[in-house]
Amino acid sequence: MIPQAFDYESPATVGEAIALLQRYGSDAKILSGGHSLIPMMKLRLATPERIIDISGIKGLDYIREEDGFLKIGALAKESALEESALIARKYPLLLDAAKMIADPSVRNRATVGGNLAHGDAANDHPAVMLAYRAEIIATGPRGQRTIPIDEFFLGFFMTALEPDEILTEIRIPIPPAGSGGAYKKMERKVGDYATAATAVQLTVDGNGVCRHIGIGLTNVSAAPMRAQRSEDALRDQRLSDELIKQAAVMAGQDCDPNPDLRGSIEYKRSVVKTLTERAIKTAIERAMNA
Amino acid sequence: MFCNTPKEISGMGHGMKRKEDARFIQGKGHYVDDIKLPGMLYMDIVRSPYAYAKIKKIDASRALAIPGVLAVITGRDLEKYNLHWMPTLMSDTQMVLPTDTVMYYSQEVCAIIATERYIAADGVAAVEVEYEPMKPIVDPHKSMDPNAPILRPDKGKTDNHIWHWEVGDRNATDRVMANADIVVKEQIYIPRIHVASIETCGCVASFDPVEGKLTMYMTTQAPHAIRTVVALVAGHVGLSEEKIRVVSPDIGGGFGGKVPVYPGYVIAIAASVLIGKPVKWIEDRMENLQADSFARDYHMSCELAANKDGRIQALRIKTLADHGYTDAAANPSKFPAGMFSIVTGSYDYNTAFTEMDAVYTNKAPGGVAYRCSFRVTEAVHAIERMVDVLAMKVGKDPAQLRMENFIKKDQFPYKSALGWEYDSGDYHAALKKAMDIIGYDALRREQAEKRQRGELMGIGISSFTEIVGAGPSRHFDILGIKMFDSCEIRVHPTGKAIARLGTKSQGQGHETTYAQIIAQELGIPAEHIQIEEGDTDTAPYGLGTYASRSTPTAGAAAAIAARKLRDKARKIAAYLLEVSEEDLEWDVNKFFVKGAPEKAKTIQEIVFASYTNHPLGMEAGFEATHYYDPPNLTFPFGSYICVVDIDKETGEIKIRRFVAVDDCGNIINPMIVEGQIHGGLTQGLAPAMFEELIYDEDGNMLNGSLMDYLVPTAVESPKWETDKTITPCPHHPIGAKGVGESPTVGAPPAIANAIVDALSHLGVTHIDIPITPQKVWNILREKGMVETV
Repeated sequence: MIPQAFDYESPATVGEAIALLQRYGSDAKILSGGHSLIPMMKLRLATPERIIDISGIKGLDYIREEDGFLKIGALAKESALEESALIARKYPLLLDAAKMIADPSVRNRATVGGNLAHGDAANDHPAVMLAYRAEIIATGPRGQRTIPIDEFFLGFFMTALEPDEILTEIRIPIPPAGSGGAYKKMERKVGDYATAATAVQLTVDGNGVCRHIGIGLTNVSAAPMRAQRSEDALRDQRLSDELIKQAAVMAGQDCDPNPDLRGSIEYKRSVVKTLTERAIKTAIERAMNA
Repeated sequence: MFCNTPKEISGMGHGMKRKEDARFIQGKGHYVDDIKLPGMLYMDIVRSPYAYAKIKKIDASRALAIPGVLAVITGRDLEKYNLHWMPTLMSDTQMVLPTDTVMYYSQEVCAIIATERYIAADGVAAVEVEYEPMKPIVDPHKSMDPNAPILRPDKGKTDNHIWHWEVGDRNATDRVMANADIVVKEQIYIPRIHVASIETCGCVASFDPVEGKLTMYMTTQAPHAIRTVVALVAGHVGLSEEKIRVVSPDIGGGFGGKVPVYPGYVIAIAASVLIGKPVKWIEDRMENLQADSFARDYHMSCELAANKDGRIQALRIKTLADHGYTDAAANPSKFPAGMFSIVTGSYDYNTAFTEMDAVYTNKAPGGVAYRCSFRVTEAVHAIERMVDVLAMKVGKDPAQLRMENFIKKDQFPYKSALGWEYDSGDYHAALKKAMDIIGYDALRREQAEKRQRGELMGIGISSFTEIVGAGPSRHFDILGIKMFDSCEIRVHPTGKAIARLGTKSQGQGHETTYAQIIAQELGIPAEHIQIEEGDTDTAPYGLGTYASRSTPTAGAAAAIAARKLRDKARKIAAYLLEVSEEDLEWDVNKFFVKGAPEKAKTIQEIVFASYTNHPLGMEAGFEATHYYDPPNLTFPFGSYICVVDIDKETGEIKIRRFVAVDDCGNIINPMIVEGQIHGGLTQGLAPAMFEELIYDEDGNMLNGSLMDYLVPTAVESPKWETDKTITPCPHHPIGAKGVGESPTVGAPPAIANAIVDALSHLGVTHIDIPITPQKVWNILREKGMVETV
């Protein structure tokens, strides 16, 4: 439970951090909140020679609406999401998820950017950002680029970030009127990774027809996944209980969970179905009351 | 509740705040890992990745090349001093370090000694060990197969059987079973779990080569016993008992897991003796979970016989006990299965038989008594589950069936079918109180309505009888040492006192409760009484703290030592007041002359006189010691009721309410008792719904970290509702019984019974703990209640 020796850098700016990444390449790892990386280092599953701690970079922890997006700086803490009045008012899916990530002491350090950049399908924000159809802003030596969330997660712990790039911002399109969202998560105990979880973000028009729909699933596939068929089944449809149930069953069928101590494949599929059904219903309720 | 001293004195019954908490809540507790000695070295341990393997080669050259790595100690090194094996508390033998074979996953293979903890960890990573893996025995049911490998040929064994134990009347039980109207049967498994105390185990072994003296700072619940064990194990290398000092500093939870001697302690001692410098060894969390003694792991075949009305007639239980590769339990010598024979429970019947066979497997050794006063958790789970199974069979409400079978108040002292003499109890009153608090009848009506709607709700009861306070010397010893305990009180001239005891608090609040006992007896304010435990150079000999024995044994010793002092105080008061001793009466903190209460001497005046003006011919000073040999064990009891709601789609279980009515006799500090019960209930919830050490077929532990070994937190815990009845212990000097373990023992069956009750209309009679959402879902699927997608 003691990491291998490593060197430590604490750049003051994103530019400095990128320069360090360029210099050290794959021998270096970015550290922000540390709640994914440090446990892996303690188990010596990760043995980086150099840690580039970006947590001291100023001005990267904002949460604000601008240019049609909710912009979240990569160093915004989970606890800041929980405490944000803006999030509480307009982003119930994000608030649900932030409240259910690990426990308060973790949320006081862990960052949204780190949660995504780790590329772990067991983390909660990937599914949330899939549901929101968010964009990732990556900054590197060649400047900034925008990566649509659907192109960000490439596989097991793999993202579209280049070795010399840093995730600097997350952009969520500001939801139109009539929108609602919900995150439903089952965990064995507080602080555990999800047995399964479903993130839903949707917009319902005056006639009860679903206009936008995003559904992301947590910890039931190698890479974070979108429940595409479920979305297609709901989009532009009037949302009846029967239809919601069908969409939920599709999510259960389409996910690809591993059997482990959290449950068998059948159990996880069943949980995905139930959580998806419940998340859609809560999201609709919230959309109606928005 | 008994309480007749003013708050300033705070004797029995006062909920005074814990004296020790000032340092704990300020982060100023002093634990073993806080100890830093000049020149101290650090030890870390290489552990086996296999459950059963030959060690072909240990190549330490890369480790030894790391600057700061001073030594790599192997079993072959220890063999030269005949220190490679050690006895367990159950008179079995355990490897300190292996010379040729590893017997379980995560077993110690060799130890690194380095100048820094981080360097020691690098040393561990650099040692290369070549193994030849062998097929392990993981399932205890297969350990006696004819083709099973013999795990302990070193002991001359020809099979993997450790011991057979039985108690009761086999023939009479067979007869009653054969003729009974009803016999219900269940296979009940109590899973292997771990105490998972917040503080892991560790030590600083400090050998002074000049004085030839070893000081051993360590996380032990039984410092005196450890001193004797070390003298027995290492006497041949010159460590005789007067040269050994064991110090237990503050301990962050013990729960039975800090009773045994672990190999790491012995290796650290050997390293310190060989190198002549202090050596610190602190386990990490994974080592603690994977290698330290487990608890439970009983496979029980249970049968309960009754007449057609549900009147219990006989109990028969056959158990298979998995002890891992050595029996490293920590039971009294004559009780290889601890107090399991309390298994007849709170019920009045005179025929029972229980037998048990213990076997070796390739798993971590044990099993310790995890907050269960020696295997009482297993026993209580068996009987409390079986009583519910019987109630289902005869179609009676489980509360009613219990009421009809309880031992009655006027039957105490009650001789149980398996030979215990229950001291006192009022089981009907405790269950009635719990039912009233929770609104039992209304809950049953609600449940019936919910069933109509297809909703799953269950109500579970556990009416347990505990057996704690080992124990009377005619039956109880550990390695031959009788299980008395002790207290020495010294009162200083100004009327302030220090008391030392043979027990060792690990969070129980001894510094407060023992002071209150002495305050009760002598009238010296509890805040003026310093309590000290854990240093074998100063404290009187005792067997330590576990099995809820501190109050029944050392607490009694404190009361009696104080009474010896009160007898002396009477003599001094008579001398000072110039009256005869018979003319004096005691009142809280003073002796006064009968009929003339203004003529009085306070305890402080009397104590001062004992140093300044004591009667001619009397010994000066105000000190007393008592070694207390209890005449019997104490039998706390209680009734718990749990209400659960189950999510019929996911199988998730929510405990809606949990009412615990406990009876631990007279109460010393009600706040501490309530705290004990809250903690114990949570540790009862843990195996009921969360905790189990899981091995795969190769003997690898699959959940050897807190990521997957699910210790419940405040979030998972329901709001515990506690209450009490008080039935004093008739044989204890202050009428107290133990309490620390009652809730751990009583809670699991209440929860399991509630969950089974929620599913009983589907024909479910038993589910093994831990009952997880997946297990419930599997049942719902079998019963066609949920569809797969």
